[in-house]
Amino acid sequence: MSFRKLGLGLAAATMLAGMALPAFAQDSVYVPLFTYRTGPFAGSGTHIADGMHDYLRMLNERDGGIGGVKLALEECETGYDTKKGVECYESVKGKNPVIVNPWSTGITLPLIPRASVDKIPILSMAYGLSASARGDIFPWVFNPPATYWDGLSMIVKYIGEKEGGLEKLKGKKIGFLHLDAAFGKEPIPLLQEMAKDIGFEVALYPVAAQDMQNQSSQWLSARRDRPDYMIMWGWGSMNGAAVKEAVRSGYPMDKFYSVWWPGEDDARAGGAGAKGFKMLNWHAVGTNFPAIQDIQKHVVDKGLSKAQKDKVGELLYNRGVYNSLLIAEGIAQAQKVTGKKVVTGEDVRRGMENIKLDPARLKELGLEGFTDQLVLSCSDHNGHRAAFMQEWDGTKWVKISKPIEPMTDRVKGQLEAAAKDYADKNAGWPKRSEACDKAS
Amino acid sequence: MLYREAGQFKTNYVADSAIFPLRQDRIGIGLIIIAAYALAFLGNSFLLQAVMIPFLVFSLASIGLNILTGYTGLLSLGTGAFMGVGAYACYKLMTAFPGVNVIVWIFVSGFFSAAIGALFGLPSLRIKGFYLAVATLAAQFFLQWCFIRIPWLVNYNVSGALDAPLRTLFGTPIMGPNATPQTRYLVVLTIVILLTWLASNLVHGRIGRMWIAIRDMDLAAELMGIRPLQTKLLAFAVSSYYCGVAGALLVFLWYGGAEYDVFNINQSFFILFMVIIGGLGSLIGSFFGAALIFILPIVLGIVLPAMLSPFGISVGADVIEHLRFMIVGALIIFFLIVEPHGLARLWQIGKQKLLVWPFPY
Repeated sequence: MSFRKLGLGLAAATMLAGMALPAFAQDSVYVPLFTYRTGPFAGSGTHIADGMHDYLRMLNERDGGIGGVKLALEECETGYDTKKGVECYESVKGKNPVIVNPWSTGITLPLIPRASVDKIPILSMAYGLSASARGDIFPWVFNPPATYWDGLSMIVKYIGEKEGGLEKLKGKKIGFLHLDAAFGKEPIPLLQEMAKDIGFEVALYPVAAQDMQNQSSQWLSARRDRPDYMIMWGWGSMNGAAVKEAVRSGYPMDKFYSVWWPGEDDARAGGAGAKGFKMLNWHAVGTNFPAIQDIQKHVVDKGLSKAQKDKVGELLYNRGVYNSLLIAEGIAQAQKVTGKKVVTGEDVRRGMENIKLDPARLKELGLEGFTDQLVLSCSDHNGHRAAFMQEWDGTKWVKISKPIEPMTDRVKGQLEAAAKDYADKNAGWPKRSEACDKAS
Repeated sequence: MLYREAGQFKTNYVADSAIFPLRQDRIGIGLIIIAAYALAFLGNSFLLQAVMIPFLVFSLASIGLNILTGYTGLLSLGTGAFMGVGAYACYKLMTAFPGVNVIVWIFVSGFFSAAIGALFGLPSLRIKGFYLAVATLAAQFFLQWCFIRIPWLVNYNVSGALDAPLRTLFGTPIMGPNATPQTRYLVVLTIVILLTWLASNLVHGRIGRMWIAIRDMDLAAELMGIRPLQTKLLAFAVSSYYCGVAGALLVFLWYGGAEYDVFNINQSFFILFMVIIGGLGSLIGSFFGAALIFILPIVLGIVLPAMLSPFGISVGADVIEHLRFMIVGALIIFFLIVEPHGLARLWQIGKQKLLVWPFPY
């Protein structure tokens, strides 16, 4: 019957094609990049994908890889869709990837339990499951440099400082405009806890995923409630739409804060009125770094990149570069720890735990001043690093603050409860069996 | 030559009303089932995990929607949500009663979905066609809203996501990260075969005829003594049962963990397209539809770069993705023009031609 023929035909085609795929040479390290250049989030995803690809490609072109070993790069298109992301994971799994970066919380969640079984570390850079910052419970998952709880505490701290002390927030009203999904709702318990302790009021404005581009009702309520500050937790087209709506409804932009996901295009969406919009960030924008100039020289100018020349150095492009910096550093550390040249996923997991990006190391990499230092360890897979505030001046982002440390004492409780909760709910969650390196 | 009726005589009514009257068909279906089980031992983990398991899950969901839309003629856009009900029910049940085997809970979770489906099926007594589609759309949005807003459904999990705990059958892990694709495939395959067999018996029997009568002309059916209330609600319940089981399989035996967003409106459309392309009112069409809509893009994603690379054209993952969209879209239009009744009808025509081959009259 046709179902049989179809099945057999497809199976045969799949196997043939599988054989036809180029076998990666044994003397290279395979790094799959999950990217999304298509679909509703492509606007942000394309720049991140370019940044990720170009930095690693630059290492290949300039240094011949890492430690003399070429990186075999391959992009897998996820379209920010969990189905396709899981398919990507399955298709790269057999080729011994040293690390995967899902670039979507939806894709990260199904992969977390598999990481320890397949021995493939996951790098979910400041997204995914916040609780995975705990290395003792999630040895295979890394989410540096800060969790969303850290981010929220930094914004509240910054606002508090502007008011002249956290206690001055008493009686104020803070609006929280968030994507109505796990990602956007995660900070709410912490925000409410702080509201109770400090005495400010919280107004929640959830935006459903299907209404991201239509936020008129939320901003209408905001106009009625008149929150003193507005904090946004959005992604994709939600950010641009929010900036536009805020400008339209006359919300004072200097009171509008966001977590680290909007890009230049989102701020530009608001036109001249968007001036004053602030967001957290942990790395520099611009091309004024030797490593990024090397990217321009070795990759972009040679036509090896898909990026438009003027997009190099923009916020989300550099975000991709930062992501690849962590991958490269994980591989480099793995080579140092194990003494091997061609490392495996297990080695890179150890390498990630040994990451120590201090100013000296950053200078060595040609990224001096690009970002604050980051030290990961066996128990801390996040770093809980400080981020700084930057402001949109109408044409570009301007750094306006020193690094703001997260309120660790407040965040810690949330984190530990969440990690314990995850492990408890998943009865039989494996105890960490991976040994810790002495250095870390 | 090989596929012909000559020499096969039916000597009783049972033989005459058999679903597969031809011996060749019976052998064929047996071979498919054997081949499907053999695939568990022959196929690699990519084929099982990324192609076959989802294909079977979507086929099951398509059968569910086909019962409602294809056999009873009630258009529904709530499939994704009904799948979600099954998944969330299964999660609640297996975490509340970890002692009971999870296979039992997969089957039981379908009943929760069936109850919700019957509830949202009530308007179908008064409204038809596109208006009913809008009513089921309300179910889609309402249920999705519940999945986000009721933390009890995910046991107050902070990440708001469902995750598959470790569960075993006869001491072998079948769920959770330690379960191999092979065992999960075998479990999914067995469940899908069982439920397909059940569906086949339902649609070919008295109940199926009632559904078809309602579909073809509900007024005439009512005059013949078929009660629309019970029949339509039964169709909604059975359909949602299948979708619910498919939803539970999707989250726990395929993804291993998922967010509410998996059960969004796109999922509903995805299944609806499978049913329309495969063939309304056909079980085998549900499988064809799932294969065309789900497997074809994957095969294209693998075959296209391999086909282009000998010509020295290397294309990026995003170009492949765009090509996939265009080719699959073009094929859908092509099949709908060639045969508006779906792939199942093409298959039927092919079989009839084969019967008289090589001497057509």
